[in-house]
Amino acid sequence: MSDQNMNATLSYAQTINAMQQRPVTESGIVGASPLAHVDFAQLATAQSGQSSTVELTELALRTHIVLRGSLNNVAFVEGVKAVLGIELPGALKMHSAGAVSIRWISPDEWLVVAPGARSNEIEQGLIDAVDGHCAVVNVSGGQTILRLSGSDAHKVLQKSVPLDVHSRSFPIGKVVTSVFAKTQAVISRNAENQWELVIRRSFSDYVWLWLQDCCAEFDLVIKQDE
Amino acid sequence: MFYIYCPHCEEHREEEEFHAVGQAHIPRPLDPESCSDKQWGEFLFFRDNPRGLHHELWVHAIGCRKFFNITRDTQTYEIKEVYKIGEKPTFTADVAVNAVESTT
Repeated sequence: MSDQNMNATLSYAQTINAMQQRPVTESGIVGASPLAHVDFAQLATAQSGQSSTVELTELALRTHIVLRGSLNNVAFVEGVKAVLGIELPGALKMHSAGAVSIRWISPDEWLVVAPGARSNEIEQGLIDAVDGHCAVVNVSGGQTILRLSGSDAHKVLQKSVPLDVHSRSFPIGKVVTSVFAKTQAVISRNAENQWELVIRRSFSDYVWLWLQDCCAEFDLVIKQDE
Repeated sequence: MFYIYCPHCEEHREEEEFHAVGQAHIPRPLDPESCSDKQWGEFLFFRDNPRGLHHELWVHAIGCRKFFNITRDTQTYEIKEVYKIGEKPTFTADVAVNAVESTT
């Protein structure tokens, strides 16, 4: 069955049954980051005031939504732009506005990151706005983000990834999915000395252990996520 | 370091991110039911093992996760070209033979 036939009677929103993905407060279930056992808040308090060359912040419990679709699909491209106010970025680029960002993952795949509290609102908004042969999938529970900053942050990456992280080949605003240590990460450069790693939930503890080993020669300090 | 060009990411990346999938340009029989056992067996199991130019399917496994083709020389490991699925290779065994004849 072709796309046209499938969409003749049903819009994309009618084919999707989106659920509230975040644990509801009244149920008593508390949403936890895969790195909750590390207790970054306590570490940040204990290490406050220490001098650092590498600073690590977990951007926990953010909204992560994967978008699949073609750039030739006007309803998809315009729908995303209408909901997020950001255009879909081209190859290896990241666009952001305030706390919402879109990362390019592959020619027909993007990752939207937004504040955790807006998970359901953004997901439902996207589902209602897009149409055609596309997909909006909430993967918030599957990954987390680590932010590395500081004067030695690029050295940590040099030890962990098979990429040239010099600003010549890795300018601000670039996104690359690559090998990170023995796992993978979506690596983006947000500022001269600031990088973000989107990592898989199941590998987050490994990455945390790796970063501690990797930073043994630097001054690693945990910062609290504002 | 060994870099491979990904036509979807449009840049060279470390070989570690890629995975070779095997011989390229093997179309699945349109009507498997009417294939003889020999035809079906050859589609499933039999592959070329040339000395020289070889068209291969690769995937940017830890990256954009897209498939693409590579023309590679199995003697020198040199990658002659990288092209997307659906495109035709410019380096083929015929072209290579003609090139050798025209230079000699």
